[in-house]
Formats: sequence, structure tokens, C-alpha cells
Amino acid sequence: MPAFLNSRAMRDGAAQTAFVGALVLLVGIAIVTARANLEAQGLSAGFGFLERATGWRISFSLIDYDTSSPYWKAILVGVLNSLFLGAIALPLATLLGVTVGVMRTSGNGMAELLGTVFVEVFRNVPLLLQLLFWYAILLSLPSPRDTGLLPGGIALSGRGIYVPGLNVTGGSVFIAILLVLAAAAMALWLKSARLVSAPPRAVRRAIRATWALGTTAAVAALWIGRIPETALLSIPVQQGLNYREGIRISPELMACVISISIYGAAYIAEIVRSGINAVPKGQAEAGRALGLSSWHIFSRIRLPLAIRIVMPTMINQYVWLFKATTIGIAISFTDFFMVISTSINQSGQTLELIGILMGGFLIINYSIAWVLNRLNDAIALKGTQLRI
Amino acid sequence: MQELVPHTTAIRPSPFSSLRARYFSTPLNGAVTLVCATVALWLLWSAFDWAVLHAVFGTGQREACLAAEGACWSVVSSRWRIVLFGLYPFEEQWRSGLACLVMGAVIALSCAPWFWNARRLPLLWVTGFATFYLLMRGGFFGLPVVTEQNWGGLSLTLFIFAAVCILGMPLAICFALLRRSKLPWIARTMALVIDTIRSLPLLSIMFTFAIVLPFVLPGWLTGDKLYRVIVGYALFFACYQAEIIRGGIQALPAGQEEAAMALGLGYWHRVGYIVLPQAFKNALPPTINQVVITFKETSLVTIIGFFDVMASGRAASGTAEWNFAVIEIYVFVALIFFVFVFSLSRYGAYLERRLDVGRR
Repeated sequence: MPAFLNSRAMRDGAAQTAFVGALVLLVGIAIVTARANLEAQGLSAGFGFLERATGWRISFSLIDYDTSSPYWKAILVGVLNSLFLGAIALPLATLLGVTVGVMRTSGNGMAELLGTVFVEVFRNVPLLLQLLFWYAILLSLPSPRDTGLLPGGIALSGRGIYVPGLNVTGGSVFIAILLVLAAAAMALWLKSARLVSAPPRAVRRAIRATWALGTTAAVAALWIGRIPETALLSIPVQQGLNYREGIRISPELMACVISISIYGAAYIAEIVRSGINAVPKGQAEAGRALGLSSWHIFSRIRLPLAIRIVMPTMINQYVWLFKATTIGIAISFTDFFMVISTSINQSGQTLELIGILMGGFLIINYSIAWVLNRLNDAIALKGTQLRI
Repeated sequence: MQELVPHTTAIRPSPFSSLRARYFSTPLNGAVTLVCATVALWLLWSAFDWAVLHAVFGTGQREACLAAEGACWSVVSSRWRIVLFGLYPFEEQWRSGLACLVMGAVIALSCAPWFWNARRLPLLWVTGFATFYLLMRGGFFGLPVVTEQNWGGLSLTLFIFAAVCILGMPLAICFALLRRSKLPWIARTMALVIDTIRSLPLLSIMFTFAIVLPFVLPGWLTGDKLYRVIVGYALFFACYQAEIIRGGIQALPAGQEEAAMALGLGYWHRVGYIVLPQAFKNALPPTINQVVITFKETSLVTIIGFFDVMASGRAASGTAEWNFAVIEIYVFVALIFFVFVFSLSRYGAYLERRLDVGRR
């Protein structure tokens, strides 16, 4: 045996070099082959294609897009649609999931039964199947001609669900949402920063002022952004074979929202239930000894402690749910993934587009995890004496 | 003098009072019970009404179905062969059914603790998988060859699932060990690979392997589309499972490995006899959970264009004859998945309780 193989450092170095080298080689081969294949097809590598016009339509878009828009804009539309879907479905899933989780730990036999059935039914059937199921149900709704307006100005039809909306520009809605979110973040910061010098009443007043300011600014933004010469409120009106005015929610978007919220809720309910069960009994008993009502014990002791226990698991769950939104491609909801796969078909710039897809998901998922981790830090119990 | 006897007839809760405590202890509780009971009864009644009272049973009752208000189970009894076997040749479908039974038996047998051992479990799965493959493919004893292109339905779903588990599990062990390697560059690279793959959606991994890989790999390496998707899915599975195994390893007291080192055991003996068996015991509940999720997400191959049980379900109601009965087919496919996934997840929950008891 050669002498250098006897040296541990040498062997370790060789093993590491071989491992990393093999991976680099694999990637290298992939890039070289892709180059060769591209040249054979008469395409050039690089991101220049992003400036070319796409030539295909996108059925649902939050920003202006037409067939002459460049590829980067189509991808942006996809990313925004994915984020939009996530921004609707994830909070809905949380709301429903927490409700069901609380039902399952309420101690009321009937509520527990209902919660258990919900979780078992929706957790044990693939998301894709649920998506297709809801989509089939939404499509089988009657055509707009045969539907009437439900109370609240909502119309359910096979071509989409029509709800009342505001005649304002998209930009102002975006700004209004940002303002409300900023107010929420500010309030949370005020609460968690525990301004030592300020008395609690002053902090409470500051939080209230933040909320008031935020909502007023949001309303003002909506008011400024209203579309001239239309009524502020737009209510769906039946006209001929269709509805006009109002906001149309396409069956694709609706099916995605319903299925992802329900599927996510079934998982979140289990997390919430285990969190509530993980709160030590002594905490609730101490509350009872202090004479708190059962509602106060639940809302002030068990739920807040449970939220802190489950927060890390929930962060993973949100990232996972966001990844699940890619399933929209099954019913042609134009999300990030679908735009990328259409672009690959149309432009042939496979490697670049896959790179954009991976990079996009990495950035979005890490951002979700980062924001939620900050939130987790903000609400975590301070001090070393607290053990839950 | 009369002795004072303490009153010992303890208040034993009668069935009625415990019922009351659970359902009607406070007015609010009572109201919740009533509301939930109403909802439950209404759901139960509508389901019963749709699925039984107004439903149409029997083969080929298309006209009756169109007229009926309830479910049309006729579509299931007419087209179940397509859902279960896809495009598999009609005369040979017993092979596909038998293969499914073999795979089901393998899954059921792996739940028996007798098999939990580094020799028996791999042997069981590899034998089961080989039997499955030979039955499906044929080409011996006068059985005609049926190539993978004609596989479909439940058997394709089971095939992909089993192949992913068999490929993914050893890969996951490798990944977990590499990530825990003492050599920093190996550990770091592996961590990067695992974290990157974990942050990507499964669908994009499958898509990359199915459609993009032939483009970036030299021709002799590409292989069939089905196997590429399986490799991609196995890689994805391995990255998740590796983290589960790593968690199981980290839960071990450091003394275990140190004791093995003190006894002079080499790396492979330490890992094979001390670390991994205990790590797997720790990681058993999340592993079962991962396997369950893997089975469910096998349905995603439909989107890549495979004819698994989901796609064949859609095809079963895709003809003009039955296109109105798509909901019934979805319910049928959902039931197939439900039976598998529900029993596996119940078993996982039972195991978790049992292991928990053993630990206290």
C-alpha cells in the first residue's frame, strides 16, 4: 500500500475531493450536454430570451399582460398568481384548521366527532384528487343564465363565482393591503418590544393608534385609487348569458383555494390539536384555581401556549402548503410552475427556466420561513423560568 | 356507643352523568352539541340520500343514471376494470390484480414487527417487488409480455410507490450518514443538496426528471421516462427521509456511539449495529407518515402524463357515454386511496402509542 494512504488527513482529503468532484462533474456534464443540444436546435444559451415576446395568453393575471408581453413578464404573472393563491389559501387553511383543532380538543363529544371525521376524510385522500373533485363540482354549477343572485350579491355559476367588489385600481388595493400589513407588523413589534420605560397603558394606546392610522391610510389609498366615472361599489348584474360588474373568481382559482385550504386545514388541525394537548395540565388547573372562566383559560392560557408550541411545525407546514400550490397546473391555473413549463415548451430554454423555477421557489420558501421565524421569535416566551 | 362510620358510598358516575358531562355540562356546551349533531345528521342524511336512496346500481344503467338525482354507481360497475388496470390487456388483467394483491400483502406484512430487521424487511420488499414485476411483465411460462407502456391504474400506482420506497430508503440512509459525516465538505455539500431538493415542489422535481433530463444527459444515461420519474421521486423521498433518520440519530444519547467506540467497533459496525437500529426505532412514526404521504403523492404522476389510478379514473369517465358521472368515479378512486392511507396512518398512530408506552 502506498505510504500516503496511511495518512488519515490524506485519505479524508481524497474522499472529500472525490465526493464534491463527482457532483461538480455531474453538473458539468449536464451543462455541456445541454449546450450541445441547444446548438443542435439552433438556440443560444443565456437569459436573452426573457426579453422576447411570448405569444401566448394567460387566462388569469393580476397585472397587465398580453401576447406581446415578454417572457419575464409572463413569469412575473405566474409568480404573482402563485403568491396570490398562497396568500388566500394559507390564511383560510389556518382559520379552518385552528377551528377544527379546537373542536377536536373541546371536550364536547359531538364536536370532536365532527372534527375527527373532517381530518380523517380530507387528510387521507390525495390533494390532486380533491382538487379535481372540487373543480368538477364547480364546473357542474348551472350556467350564468340559470342562476340568480344570492343574498349579498353573490352569484354561483359554472363559469365562475361573482362577488361584489370595489371599482378601484389594482395598485391601490395592493398599497392598502401593504398599509394594513405594516400596521400589523408595527403593532406586533410594539407589543413584543416591551418598551420597558413606557407604562402598559401608553403601549396599548400606541398600538391602537397604529391600527387606526393604518386602516385610515388604507381606506384613503382605496379612495384615491378609485376608477373615475363608476360607482365605488360594483355589484354583479345578470346580463344576457353572463354577469357583468363585480369580481369574477374563476373556477380554477376557486377550486385551488378550496382544495388547498381544506387539505391544509386537515393537517393544521392535527398540529393544533397536538399543540393544545401538549400544554401541561397544570397551566389550565392553575387558571381554574385563580377562578378564571373556561373561556378565559382557553383563550388566555391554553391557546397562546399552544400557538408557541406548534409555531416551528407550522412554519414547515406553510412552506409545504405553498409548494403544494403548484398542483394548480392539473386544472390549468396559471401559476409559477405552469408558466415555466409552458415557457419551456415554447422557447426551449430548458436549463435557464428550470434554474429560474428553482431559484424562485428557494427565494419564496426561504422568505416565508424567514418571516414566520421572525414572528416566532417575536411571540416566543421571554425569560428562562418559563417552561412549557 | 355507636361508632361513626365514614360514609363510603362514593359518588360513582352513572353512564347518564358522564354523558351529560361530555355533551351538556353548560348551556354553551349543550348548544355546541346540538349544532354539531344537526350538522352531522344533515351530512349523514345527504350522503345517504345521494349514495344509496337515489342512487343507481347495476351495470350499464346509463339512461337510469341520467334520470336519477343521486349517485350513478353504474359507472363504477361498468368501468372499474379501467380504473384498476388501465390499458392492461383484458385477458391478462388477472395478473395485474394478482400483482396488486402481492404488493398489498407486502405492505401488510411489513407492519408485523417480526419483519423489522435489516435482513427480513429488505428481503420481503425485494422479493415482493420482483414477483410484482415478473407478474406484470410476463414473458415466462407462456405468459405474454406486457411492457410498461401498457401498465396502468392501481398497479402502476403501486409499482411507482414500491419502487420509490425500495430505491429511496437505502439512498436516505446514505444521505443521512453523509450529512452527519465528520468531513466538513461532504457534510456541507450533502446539506446543501438535501435542503435545496426539500425546498422544491415534488411536481417540479418529477417534471425536471421526466422532461428536462433527456435534454441534459448523454443519450445512454437517460432510460425510460417512467424510470426517470421514479428516480426523481426516490431522490425527493430520500431527502425527506434522510432528515427523519438524522432526527432519529440525533435523539440517541451520545454515550451509545461513544461506548461502541470504546469497545473498538469500526465505523460500519457502529452504524449498522448500534446507531441505525435505534435511530429507526426513534424515527418509526415519522417514517410511516412519510411513506403514507409518498403513497398519496404518487398521484402527481398523472400530471406528468402517466396512466396511474387517478388518470385511469378520469379516463373511465372521459368517454361521451359516462362523462356526466365524473364525481362518482372520483369518489371511487378516493375510496381506494382512503383504504390504503387510512389503515396505514391508523397503524402509525397505534405504533406511536405503543412505542410511547414502552419508553415510559
